[in-house]
Amino acid sequence: MAVLVGKQTRLLVQGITGSAGAFHTRQCIAYGTNVVGGVTPGKGGQKFDDTVPIFDTVTDAKAATQANATMIFVPPPFAAEAIMEAADAGIELIVCITEGIPVADMVKAQTYLQGLRADGKNVRLIGPNCPGIITPGACKIGIMPGHIHKPGHVGVVSRSGTLTYEAVGQLTALGLGQSTCIGIGGDPVKGTDFIDTLELFQADPDTHAVIMIGEIGGSAEEAAAQWVKANFTKPIIGFVAGLTAPPGRRMGHAGAIISGGTGTGQSKIAAFEAAGIAVAPTPADLASTLVKVWKR
Amino acid sequence: MKIHEYQAKVLFRQVGVPVPEGYPAFSVAEAIEAAKKLPGPVRVVKAQIHAGGRGLGGGVKVCKTLEEVEEKAGQILGMMLKTHQTGPHGQLVRRLYIEGGVDIRRELYLGMLLDRDKGRIVVMASTEGGMNIEDVAHNTPEKIYKEWADPRVGLQAFQARKLGFKLGLSPKAVGPFTKLLLNLYKLYTEKDCSLVEINPLVVTGADEVIALDGKVNFDDNGLFRHPDIVAMRDLDEEDPAEVEAGKFDLSYVHLDGNVGCLVNGAGLAMATMDILKTFGAEPANFLDVGGGATAEKVTAAFKIILSDRRVQAIFVNIFGGIMKCDTIAEGVIIAAKEVGLDRPLVVRLEGTNVELGKKLLAESGLPIITASDMKDGAQKAAAAAKKFAETGAVA
Repeated sequence: MAVLVGKQTRLLVQGITGSAGAFHTRQCIAYGTNVVGGVTPGKGGQKFDDTVPIFDTVTDAKAATQANATMIFVPPPFAAEAIMEAADAGIELIVCITEGIPVADMVKAQTYLQGLRADGKNVRLIGPNCPGIITPGACKIGIMPGHIHKPGHVGVVSRSGTLTYEAVGQLTALGLGQSTCIGIGGDPVKGTDFIDTLELFQADPDTHAVIMIGEIGGSAEEAAAQWVKANFTKPIIGFVAGLTAPPGRRMGHAGAIISGGTGTGQSKIAAFEAAGIAVAPTPADLASTLVKVWKR
Repeated sequence: MKIHEYQAKVLFRQVGVPVPEGYPAFSVAEAIEAAKKLPGPVRVVKAQIHAGGRGLGGGVKVCKTLEEVEEKAGQILGMMLKTHQTGPHGQLVRRLYIEGGVDIRRELYLGMLLDRDKGRIVVMASTEGGMNIEDVAHNTPEKIYKEWADPRVGLQAFQARKLGFKLGLSPKAVGPFTKLLLNLYKLYTEKDCSLVEINPLVVTGADEVIALDGKVNFDDNGLFRHPDIVAMRDLDEEDPAEVEAGKFDLSYVHLDGNVGCLVNGAGLAMATMDILKTFGAEPANFLDVGGGATAEKVTAAFKIILSDRRVQAIFVNIFGGIMKCDTIAEGVIIAAKEVGLDRPLVVRLEGTNVELGKKLLAESGLPIITASDMKDGAQKAAAAAKKFAETGAVA
């Protein structure tokens, strides 16, 4: 079953004609994702690679294709608006890959999505600034390398793209497949967070264990640790990147910054340990640490 | 992006946040000219660097005569100002701000930034002005009052009034305070700020509310729509290696360790720093070459890492996803040949086309130390750095 995406997913791509959008759309199609349409304003009526129909608006695309998910590659100045357009059109799952969206724009988009949810609309955002989401063997939405994945029962959730690949690579090497891997993204204001993802993994019978990868900045890991202690019943291990990062400096990701004494890696690891979540000693021990916990 | 206090005050004046009269000065002569424009007799000479804690470090001096302004300006200009935010070497003072003295009755704190948990801008006000707000938050959190702005309607006057009365302002001062705060919120949202801080915000003997200091940081992602703000950037305040990295779209942060890191992905780059420390080395930098690294970018990254003489080994840690390992290997080889490998290089490649990448490295004839995984690489890099420090051996 996995979570959020699978064979039932009918994907749109917003920004399908840009270079990154086009490249990754082809990769997703090659993986087996059902890409039903693309959106580029002004190019409606054309076809991408002679097969995928392009529309001017998400509303048009949704009406013609019954899409239920979208992947956004729109450039940063217009990406938050693209998220709102997809939500307005009734797309249930919005995966925003774009990196570099102004925080102020995301604050507005988040508020807009909250308003739609208050009105009873079903809409979920993953990202922005994320690698996307993949249910191995069924559906890949994003920029992750498909071939390192293997269908199975470990859920992976992470703020970092390459560390997700690292975890997946280690799992696959040990013969452990993944149910669904979700990159929630490195921005300070984002859609789906750790707790949202863990709720899904908890409810999914196909997910038997979880790897959760955090990093410095904010307090989502601390909140997730508390939630896990109270609600999560499956084997889970954690990792936090950035223990050696100096305070006040942004480490690549817009959200990876220790400020005002909060958001340190030490605080997150302490929260994990207090919640009984085993912490991998190094990023090279993600899968092996899970195996140890799982067998117990 | 950060700006100086005097630049923040230009923005404050533009939106109607009261500040004392003052002028920037780049030399002692300009400082005297600036001081003469002020009514006096009290004038304040303030060092302009991006770090906080300038007063405690000796970078802010109150002067009672023009002669004193000349003397203090001469002392501060060109000094290496050390504060809790500059690091042990301090920061060279190249600019001054000469400001009129203010009759201070109370010192308050006012700050505005993103509350990540709520996804909204939070306004923080405190009666403990002039102090380090992190200490106040830690020791007496009840002395910090907060209001969150609803992005649909923006910060409202009633919220500002609530804060004003909590701060114990007189009914006469609450009105101007409210106006000041709403104007500050306007600045924050219109200019894509990431932090606006006034510490201290002072109440004068005449019950006026004035921004005595000003700190404004900007969201780098929003700078594309603010050329006026970009024009305020002072490259002298930034690490030269970081400025150089920025030209190649490399995400680089200079640190103090002995092993240079070249990694793809921010999370993996941080984790690489951490694992080096596990094996007894210290990271010399954070460096994310990004997903679309070209040979040109890798070469630039190499040059930047090697320009740091404290670097005793380089650790290249790549998990090639969409990015192919042979592309990275080619970049590494070109860079190593062009720059010259005078320090040990450890390379760990994983992911797409990894065998081809390893083959290219092996056939390059370069003394590259290859690693089977991340842990192996970190151990080898730490050992190579130690050996280099002792013997000067690069392989």
